[in-house]
Amino acid sequence: MQFGLSQEQILLQDNVNRFLDDNSALDRVRTYADGGEDADIWAGLAELGIPALLIPEAQGGIGLQPLDAAIVAECLGSHIAPTPFLESAVMAPTALVASGGDHDELLAEIAAGTTRIGIAFGEAIKRRNNAGVTVKDGRMSGTSMYAFDAEANAYLVANQHQHIYLVRADDPGLKRSHLATVDKTRRTVELNYDNVTADLVSDDASVFTATVDIGRMALAADTLGAAQNMLDQAVEYAKQREQFNRPIGSFQAVKHMCAEMAAQLEPCRSMVWFAGHALAELPEESRITACHTKAHLAEVGQFIAKTSTEVHGGMGFTDLVGLHYWFKRIGANRQWLGAPEFVREEAAILQGI
Amino acid sequence: MDLSFGPEYDDFRADVVSFLANNADKAPKANDLRGEAAKDWQKLLIENGYTCRTIPKEYGGYGAEPDIIKSRIIAEEFSSARINAGLGGQGISMLVPTLLEMGTQDQKEQFIRPTIHGEMLWCQGYSEPGAGSDLASLTTSAVLDGDEWVINGQKIWTSTAHIADWIFCLVRSEPDAPKHKGISFLLFDMKTPGIEVRPLVDMTGVANFNETFFTDVRLPKHQIVGERGEGWQVANAILGHERETLAPANTAQTRINALIELMKQETVDGDPLINNPVYRDRLMKIQSEVMAMRFNELRILSARLNPGQDPGIARMITKLQGTELRHDLEGLAIDVMGEMGLAYDDNPHLRNSGSWQREYMYFLGLIIGGGTSQIQKNIISERGLGMPREPKFEKAS
Repeated sequence: MQFGLSQEQILLQDNVNRFLDDNSALDRVRTYADGGEDADIWAGLAELGIPALLIPEAQGGIGLQPLDAAIVAECLGSHIAPTPFLESAVMAPTALVASGGDHDELLAEIAAGTTRIGIAFGEAIKRRNNAGVTVKDGRMSGTSMYAFDAEANAYLVANQHQHIYLVRADDPGLKRSHLATVDKTRRTVELNYDNVTADLVSDDASVFTATVDIGRMALAADTLGAAQNMLDQAVEYAKQREQFNRPIGSFQAVKHMCAEMAAQLEPCRSMVWFAGHALAELPEESRITACHTKAHLAEVGQFIAKTSTEVHGGMGFTDLVGLHYWFKRIGANRQWLGAPEFVREEAAILQGI
Repeated sequence: MDLSFGPEYDDFRADVVSFLANNADKAPKANDLRGEAAKDWQKLLIENGYTCRTIPKEYGGYGAEPDIIKSRIIAEEFSSARINAGLGGQGISMLVPTLLEMGTQDQKEQFIRPTIHGEMLWCQGYSEPGAGSDLASLTTSAVLDGDEWVINGQKIWTSTAHIADWIFCLVRSEPDAPKHKGISFLLFDMKTPGIEVRPLVDMTGVANFNETFFTDVRLPKHQIVGERGEGWQVANAILGHERETLAPANTAQTRINALIELMKQETVDGDPLINNPVYRDRLMKIQSEVMAMRFNELRILSARLNPGQDPGIARMITKLQGTELRHDLEGLAIDVMGEMGLAYDDNPHLRNSGSWQREYMYFLGLIIGGGTSQIQKNIISERGLGMPREPKFEKAS
């Protein structure tokens, strides 16, 4: 029995972290937040094989497991890296492979990092703003809100029946408009479809849920990384910053805030590992674990985002320190693919209550 | 990542399950420390290796090699079957492991067998009115007079002192040494002249702990574990382990399953409470936390089995998180029942024998006892996160 990361997984973690230390430091993230590009970061990650992670070897990928994706997502969250990892490397390959269709060519392009696939599942998870699509005779009309990856070459769009379609971003009937959110480390868009060519990928609800489950697990892992980073910054700041002739970290009022964050976050690491493992190995537990992990990391992440900012005092509130990028990333992860209350209700239904 | 224990352990689990199925009727219902039924059950469990498993046969135990997985399987199966897992008490959980590690041959022979068979009940004399969180500042004195120690002072929170046969006690034997180096670990008979026990009724209505007073209590010089002045190390050899096991996740799992059943049965305006969206969400929120703690324990278990795996601060947080979680879980059961949740004592409408209110309060006691939540946060921040200690104040003279 061994519950933890393997040597290979620790190596993967080290490699991704080293790359991101050099290529997605806060200053680099700021240039993206100010309207810059993320293509160079994604290209660098492609050299490490990251977009190919979950794609089977037969289709040009590396054929690793959901837990490996969780490890990468944690690194990306820690570095608040602007990349299409969640949609293009985690969710889209999962849907395309699970569909059983012939998507070899597309999967090879995704694996190479040359094609980016976005996700527009909002309507199928919880329909808001009356957004939604209709598909008739292979043509799609309607609207998707808060689709992610503003630069995707194509999108997987799910309708209210949880059927998944592929639409090309360059289709003349597709209008794509940027939707500004508080999270500047990733960009979301509104997609308006007017008689757009829509290829059915899957009308099997289990393909949709498998895609959402792994997406939720990856979002939880992203939050784990971001929250751990905020906690580390808070602890470091509290050790350095002096008031009343002593480090503020020696005051129990401050150190207990840090202890509470650490005590809540530490079990989250095991939870994310288990959720990743369950997606590959424990089909009976995987769905409920993915729901709970997404919801729990949303709660713990929110607590740490607030508390670690408070530990920094006034500096935490400024743009100078940049802590707010992590705060907002955690806030976005909380809402994407289902707000915690809805995800917990799914967990209840999944266990028959 | 490999969560299987292997076929050997599947067989072992099957043995435990079949033992429980065949013997459940012999198990005592409550955790009665002195009853004959409890002693007989204890004997049966020891014979089968389901309690006192690794205690050597020569001292009355089962004598198995330590096997963390088997111990875990036993705990899981007894917990999920809700069957009494054998005698507890501080003699068995704390003194016996201490004696095995640091006791003399005579002490092991004299004390371990009767203790684990329920014939010798112990209480723990650690805390004092002036030495709670700062336990090492304890002042109960032990002075050597010829071949006898003479004890004077007062202990508090001495659980079961009113029924205990013996006490293991921390005393200040070297008043001039630094505070952690002036303490000794003594054992003595509670019938010794000069001991007075006054019960303390706790908020659950039970008088399980006491104030214990010592006036010129005399005991033989050799009734010491470890050397003079080593009492702090003797006590701490197993204190950390006790904290870890105060609120195990498998018990929380059993309790949340009971809570789900309760919410399916209890109704408001004819509708089962499980259908109420607010209570459902609170239930699911707590289920998330129980799940996280279960996986945290898996990580701790794995780190024990795989030397070299770093458990981070996973062990350090279990007392804080586990006790707070149980308090919240039991409190939710009370909330879903509303005024029905207030039922207590002999109320004919009690649910689950009144355990929800009792455990709700009991876990508040555990949040405070065994190192308060605030002390746990000091430990986590200082030892786990490397944050600076509080500056020390010189005592005003």
